[in-house]
Amino acid sequence: MTETPLTARIDPTRGPLGLAGYQRAGGYRAVRKALKELDPQAVLDAVKASSLRGRGGAGFPTGTKWSFVPRGDDAPAPRYLVVNADEMEPGSFKDRLLLEGDPHQIIEGVILGAFAIGAEVAYIFLRGEYRASARILAQAIAEAKAAGLLGRDILGSGFDLELHLHRSAGRYICGEETALLNALEGTRAVPRTKPPFPQAAGLWGKPTVVNNVETLCNVPHIVAHGARWFRDLSRSEDGGTKIYGASGRIRRPGAWELPMGTPIREILEEHAGGMHPGYGFRGVLPGGASTDFLVERHLDLPMDFDSLIPAGSRLGTGTMILLDDRTCPVGLCLNLERFFAQESCGWCTPCRDGLPFVARTLEAIEAGEGREEDMRMLERHTRLLGMGHTFCAHAPGAMEPLQSALEYFREDFERHIRERRCPFRAARSQYRGPKATVRALANG
Amino acid sequence: MAEIYIDGKAYQADPGQNLLAVCLSLGIDLPYFCWHPAMGSVGSCCQCAVKQFTDEKDQKGKIVMACMTPADEGTRISVADAQAEDLRRGVIEWLMTNHPHDCPVCEEGGECHLQDMTVMTGHLYRRDRFPKRTFRNQDLGPFLGHEMNRCITCYRCVRFYNDYAGGVDLQAQAIASHVYFGRLTDGALESPFSGNLVEVCPTGVFTDKTFSRRYTRKWDLMTAPSVCVHCAVGCNTQPGARYGELRRIMNRYNDQVNSYFLCDRGRFGYGLVNSEARICRVLRRGGDGVEPARAEEAVRALADRVRARRVLGIGSPRASLEANFLLRELVGPGRFFAGIAEADQRLAALTLSILRDGPVPAATRSRIEDADCVLVLGEDVTNTAPRVALSLRQATLNRAREAAAHAMVQPWKRTAVAQAAGGQRSPLFVLSPDVCALDDVAAQVFRGEPQTIARIGFAIAHRLAEEAPVVEGLTRAESELSESIAEALAGSARPLVVSGTGCGSPEVLQAAANLAWSLTVAERDPALWLALPECDSMGLAMLDAPPLEAAFTALEQGEADTLVVLENDLYRRLGEARVDAALAATRDFFLLDHLQHATAEKARWLLPVATFAETDATLVSAEGRAQRAYKVLPPGGEAREAWRWLGEIAAAARGRSEDTTFDAVTARLAAALPDFGPIAAAAPESHADKVPSRIPRATPRYSGRTAMDAQRDVKEQPPPRDPDSPFVFSMEGGAEATPGGLAPWYWVPSWSSNEALSRFQQEIPGPLRESRPGVRLIEPAPGAARFFTEPPPPFEPRPGSWLVLPLHHCLGGEEQSIHSEPIAQRAPEPYLAVGRTAADRLGLAEGQPTELRIGGEAHVLAVRVHPALPAGTAGLPGDLPGLAGIALPDWGEIRPLPAVPES
Repeated sequence: MTETPLTARIDPTRGPLGLAGYQRAGGYRAVRKALKELDPQAVLDAVKASSLRGRGGAGFPTGTKWSFVPRGDDAPAPRYLVVNADEMEPGSFKDRLLLEGDPHQIIEGVILGAFAIGAEVAYIFLRGEYRASARILAQAIAEAKAAGLLGRDILGSGFDLELHLHRSAGRYICGEETALLNALEGTRAVPRTKPPFPQAAGLWGKPTVVNNVETLCNVPHIVAHGARWFRDLSRSEDGGTKIYGASGRIRRPGAWELPMGTPIREILEEHAGGMHPGYGFRGVLPGGASTDFLVERHLDLPMDFDSLIPAGSRLGTGTMILLDDRTCPVGLCLNLERFFAQESCGWCTPCRDGLPFVARTLEAIEAGEGREEDMRMLERHTRLLGMGHTFCAHAPGAMEPLQSALEYFREDFERHIRERRCPFRAARSQYRGPKATVRALANG
Repeated sequence: MAEIYIDGKAYQADPGQNLLAVCLSLGIDLPYFCWHPAMGSVGSCCQCAVKQFTDEKDQKGKIVMACMTPADEGTRISVADAQAEDLRRGVIEWLMTNHPHDCPVCEEGGECHLQDMTVMTGHLYRRDRFPKRTFRNQDLGPFLGHEMNRCITCYRCVRFYNDYAGGVDLQAQAIASHVYFGRLTDGALESPFSGNLVEVCPTGVFTDKTFSRRYTRKWDLMTAPSVCVHCAVGCNTQPGARYGELRRIMNRYNDQVNSYFLCDRGRFGYGLVNSEARICRVLRRGGDGVEPARAEEAVRALADRVRARRVLGIGSPRASLEANFLLRELVGPGRFFAGIAEADQRLAALTLSILRDGPVPAATRSRIEDADCVLVLGEDVTNTAPRVALSLRQATLNRAREAAAHAMVQPWKRTAVAQAAGGQRSPLFVLSPDVCALDDVAAQVFRGEPQTIARIGFAIAHRLAEEAPVVEGLTRAESELSESIAEALAGSARPLVVSGTGCGSPEVLQAAANLAWSLTVAERDPALWLALPECDSMGLAMLDAPPLEAAFTALEQGEADTLVVLENDLYRRLGEARVDAALAATRDFFLLDHLQHATAEKARWLLPVATFAETDATLVSAEGRAQRAYKVLPPGGEAREAWRWLGEIAAAARGRSEDTTFDAVTARLAAALPDFGPIAAAAPESHADKVPSRIPRATPRYSGRTAMDAQRDVKEQPPPRDPDSPFVFSMEGGAEATPGGLAPWYWVPSWSSNEALSRFQQEIPGPLRESRPGVRLIEPAPGAARFFTEPPPPFEPRPGSWLVLPLHHCLGGEEQSIHSEPIAQRAPEPYLAVGRTAADRLGLAEGQPTELRIGGEAHVLAVRVHPALPAGTAGLPGDLPGLAGIALPDWGEIRPLPAVPES
């Protein structure tokens, strides 16, 4: 049995497997097993026992989420399963890999997930820019439908499932599951008040589960090989493998399926090949743009949901963005905060009007027009835009890279203000970050 | 009640409310924007942040939004907490980053919720040094100004306009810090409730254009409690005046009638007060036209005729109860006529009888909104009683609230309720001749002529109560419809039947009555709402006078030779020929009215009277609620209140002076006619001796008092006297101690916008402090109903002829409000509506000129195709100027005319 179940069938030298190839490689075995031998509860129990946690970033236990869906004869119907394929986190491309590389795997995951929660309709909410994914998925869905794996009475089991592919019109906030549901209903993509939680009243007021692509891709393997096997894949408490990614000035940017809990240093050195020659490591956003920076002293932490919390960050999507010593941390923060300000849905004041305040302040600092009080204003915003002060997690997430940058790279900010210019821009080729450059990663 | 702790102090709070509403009810200043008492909580502005503690040991606490947090037993919060205060200050600072700070030139300045909240949070200095975002504004039509740069993105506008009022042409557009509230293209906002945006918007984005044109600050207005005169709902208003002009109308809260909202007809229809067409002088018509006359001459002339017992009095459904009563007293009850056509008078009398003699009460606003199943029978409520339609829309959300309660979602979490319910609505059925603005929230709609609608109504009643009469010969579809509606009504606890005089059919009213009554037999708790056309239609019906035709007959038979017409244009009541003939039979003809109209052009004597804004009045709404309105400004020129004229004429006729104060007239009316016994209680506070001190119409900050009339006399003139009410035309008096129902304005320290209303309420959103919301004169008779026994026969179309049905328009379809230029701009041109099949059969195209022969007269009208109109019928907006004398429904002939070549 493979140690990289999610990516075993992905071969970049050829296109994705069609239905026949996928089935030859063991695909849809889990669906056959579930529909013929198991009942929904057994699938749910297996997922619960597997310690699978949501791969979208929050890490909520998947089995637990599913178990919130009301079941029984008087439960509301229809129920919905929605795949969150709106991968818009900067630096994140793991779901795209799965969608483009092995489309039948996600379809199989959807069938199993829908079976477990009793959903008769499922949607894949796909990032608008993922055109290749859309084409590949549409074809795979058509194949599955033609083969009786989707539609009415799947494989003679009496289980019905309609699967729709919905391409997003394109907003970061649609990654927030309730904003996604609003978008799917055709209204403004604004997060919803919780409660009611989607599991109780989601799409069109009916019980709905929203799962990430990577999360659902794990399910066929759990059903096929068992929870124990799945847990054993991992090097930590969280079950399974994880697709880690890395981007920035490293030798081999990319994504790798590794045991959950692989240490950061191991990923960056062994798989990403270390820093690009001539660039030093200064920090890393471990799980996309809305996670706190980690620095050299954190590099031996295992990349899993619980280990990064004490270090002040979180796993997020597990796709790392590296900050090297020739890139201006203020500029990086500015780039991110501009993005977050632009992608605010505009619903709550702190996010809508606070993030532009932050972005414009960073803009001024980067342009050499910063003032001493700007540091206090930035810090104030990292406090005021904290969790509980805003309607959803967008603005608090946006503050994560900034608050850690203010801690770890404070001198860079201050120097911008003091010298009234960006030191990186002033001497682009020579300048490296303050203090001794951290040679954390081998330069090969 | 729950015990909660705010900053360490224990309070009793309603556990069904959120903490923001509780704090405001307790008089604790907590700033907010997006929450609205009628629209609930959505948690968007984050302005009402407070610190919540889990128990008395919890020192850390966490920030929550008060509007999103229930006032559960034992809740502990701190409003004064430094962290919460800091966040609230931060929210204002963010909102202010893009706000233009144009308060000196902004119409909202001085009554701006954003100003109040900014001061309240203590945000003082601008620290943002970056450019502000700017927007292009839109032309939103004649009612509303649009200045988007001022927007603080609280979403109240779209939540009111779309979610609450069912509008579709105002959207939140774009995202992030450029969210834009507007239409897709420039153009008038279509909803008849658009004017509420003026009050719903916490700053100056949506402003009252009619006010902007003659702008003055809130503190420079004279205001007094008034009642809208543009339909029979009786919405409470707060008109404001300056320099002898009425400048605007704002909502006045009455929890039983209109709560927080008005319709556009009521808000913008005040132009008649300032109209060029006002009759300002006493005029006498001689051989060479009209000439000014002295008031005493007119009084004496009429008094002489009265003494000669040759006078008939024609009352009016748009005049006050007191004026109608005094006219009746002046000419004698046997010579007093209702001033409306016989058919209309019969409909009004039937409405009154259904409510007074049957077992089902008329519904208050709160009862309407509480209904769990609604049947609208024949009435185009949005156009005949607009504010009620707004309430009906809210009633359809009751099922969503129930569904939300199952999901543990509190009813005040508006968006969460909608999400939890997934679009479920309480059943509302609309049976009407043409499309209805409530169709979008209806469980089922049915289009038919009044006769068929009545038959279905009768049939439903029979299904609910055996003793109600059977309807023979229903079609299968009609039978199925009646079955499904009967089932829904039977399954409801608080059903509501809505109908009215709008389609001109007594059978429809009878069907509505049978329906409501059958629900009492089925042991439900039904209520009725029956629309009437005018502001005192019900009061006039209660006076029980014969119709206009009877007066004309009496004149023509020589029983009298003099006519006194009170606030009435007879040409709107009957056909031109009929009125002409009757007037030709008069020797003398006195008209008391405020605007020139066709009847005024025939009058021998014109006595200028006060408009609604210049008179005290008691009006009886369609619900049977008597409400007192107070004058906002003194009548100008030679105008006097109609009741004052009539009192003086009576005194001259009898040769003795009487107590002519308003209270005395009201008391005499109550004594003379027992049905009106309680009306003094409609305004118990009006007796000057019962309020702590006189109530000023002018605010404490009223400016220019000593200079306003300086061009006439540099000496300050004493303010006009007002012996008829507790109000004075000045700043002196004790406004603070004023009972909520008499509050001339909503304004308290720190709260200068109308959000100050909460300080005048017992609790949010409850009744006003120390006040009665008017007094209901009509309560159902105890005992079982006596069902109407004769359902109409099936409708039979007539070959070559069309049953022309009355159509109604909120904007334009009312006599008085059309004198407002902005309303006139929004009013449709007169037209003839034909159904799809009629258009095809007659070969009529949209806009084509057509001749309609009806009531012995021919009219040329442009055609509008209304595809929904039932076969064999046509529609005519009979309330529009120029069409008003046509009796509807009636059979008419339609003849296409050749299209006018385009010039």
